[in-house]
Amino acid sequence: MSQGAGSNGHSRMRPDFTIIAGMVRPGSWVLDLGCGDGALLKFLKGARGVKGYGVEIDDANVRAALEAGINVLQSNLERGLRSFGDASFDVVLLSQTLQAMHNIEGLMHEITRVGKEAIVSFPNLRYAPNFKQLEAGRMPVSDVLPYQWHDTPNVHLCTLLDFEDLCEQVGLAVAERIALANGRPVTDNPNVNSELAIYRVKKRNNALAGLPQE
Amino acid sequence: MSNTTQTASSIASPPAAAPPGSVGKVTPQLVRFDAPFTFKSGKSIPSFELMIETYGTLNANQSNAVLVCHALNASHHVAGIDADGAEGWWDNMVGPGKPHDTNRFFVIGVNNLGGCFGSTGPKHINPATLDRSGPDEESGGKPYGADFPVVTVEDWVNAQALLADHLGIECFAAVMGGSLGAMQALQWAIAYPQRVKHALVIASTPKLSAQNIAFNEVARQAIVTDPEFHGGHFYEHGVVPANGLRVARMVGHITYLSDDVMGERFGRELRDGLQYGYGAEFQIESYLRHQGDKFSGYFDANTYLLITKALDYFDPALAHDGNLAVALAPARGVNFLVVSFTTDWRFSPAKSREIVDALTANRTNVSYAEIDAPHGHDEFLLTDVRYHALARAYYERVWNSIGGTS
Repeated sequence: MSQGAGSNGHSRMRPDFTIIAGMVRPGSWVLDLGCGDGALLKFLKGARGVKGYGVEIDDANVRAALEAGINVLQSNLERGLRSFGDASFDVVLLSQTLQAMHNIEGLMHEITRVGKEAIVSFPNLRYAPNFKQLEAGRMPVSDVLPYQWHDTPNVHLCTLLDFEDLCEQVGLAVAERIALANGRPVTDNPNVNSELAIYRVKKRNNALAGLPQE
Repeated sequence: MSNTTQTASSIASPPAAAPPGSVGKVTPQLVRFDAPFTFKSGKSIPSFELMIETYGTLNANQSNAVLVCHALNASHHVAGIDADGAEGWWDNMVGPGKPHDTNRFFVIGVNNLGGCFGSTGPKHINPATLDRSGPDEESGGKPYGADFPVVTVEDWVNAQALLADHLGIECFAAVMGGSLGAMQALQWAIAYPQRVKHALVIASTPKLSAQNIAFNEVARQAIVTDPEFHGGHFYEHGVVPANGLRVARMVGHITYLSDDVMGERFGRELRDGLQYGYGAEFQIESYLRHQGDKFSGYFDANTYLLITKALDYFDPALAHDGNLAVALAPARGVNFLVVSFTTDWRFSPAKSREIVDALTANRTNVSYAEIDAPHGHDEFLLTDVRYHALARAYYERVWNSIGGTS
């Protein structure tokens, strides 16, 4: 199973890619966790001239990422990021990977330890059409949540408010938030009206003591 | 280079009868270096020869050369069929259309210095023992035996660099090896980073563990305590320490296989019921004895000692207070593929991850695959579909990096 398991098929361009590209400074040194077939890193390489590594657990994805020409490291994210030093990346990417992880709190600490900042995208369970499906008696299935309840890798779905609570709890500041529905930004009540959220987060200043500042 | 000469004619004509994917019948060639070679130990030899095989064609700008480095008991015979009908040790990896495609790359296999397959080694005449008092030619002389200088991975790579000079190769597209061969690829990247674009480091380690050294020491003790060893000068006695070599090979062989695979293949199967004696009763005993017998028939005992020492000594971080990242800093411009196998307990995935961590700390281009495969250390020589697919994908990248088309 891929840990980058938000959407079926990594080969197509996902709606969060361009948003993420807009949040990444050109030439950044990047760690893409759950990089799948390497499509995001390849895109960012072209669009923003970034360099860095993707981390992926799945054999077929590792091969696909090799073929995509990116640096891919086969590893289980649940084992943590111990091999990477503090602030060793300009930015850590977690593109629709978070909801498939088990130890989310630990991972949030880790990504903001090894990255000066992190960009996290995830599907919003409270998106109104999802909610409607639940009201009609079924678990939501959509382009962004393409799995049945019994075969989904998404073990930790959340809402925008849930995610922001967790950021608060683990000492992260939200530097930027873009919420999408049908690929377009949503500003009106995004917790209900967006299906996908992209956050740029970093350690709160009081938690940054001792770390290199930008 | 003016101080080298090449004897025997060159290589690899694709013969009509070659099986598909094979480079076909191959002929080794001996390259002579008429200049002193100084080892890391400080000792030197006045000249030396390296036995090599090559496959494929070196392109006009010499950019498509790949060096394949051998591990403990292998040789220059990497691919194809030699004069004895033997298939190369990495024939499943190297050949036309294979993951390491000889239609694209010019591949060099080399028997390392101190080896026993044609390159200058312990069984060759030590020039210091030649009688030069006569009026004409030199005469007499005894084999180096135990007096052959102890070799290190650094020495091998330095000798290989001289070979590259001789072949007119300024920069290898890739240097590739498994196990001890991978240590050479790593050393190439450290010592000659401007001369290697890609290093493929498979089933390796940045240094041996105490347990690894312990196994090597058992092997060495088996050899040096064999009464036929004669302090390493057994050639003069017309004998070989076959029993010592047998035991050395048996010990080594155990470490190359996983417990599971050995159990699966042999279990507690008996050859002919319980005999209540010390014959080869269990199939695994018979198998190990067979492997040991075969090995002692062709491998040189002094070479075995030398190679195990080279393994033990390899530790590029030693000169940098144990900091592997500092040791690998010169290799920053080299691109790496590191591969490990989950059931390899000789050089476990954790050892490969040490290499990867040191490379990522330096922001070196590296990809790493950890292949879930049953066969232990030996897996790197086997035809594992995922492993070969990765190698193929990586060689595609190597090919692109030298501007290859088609």
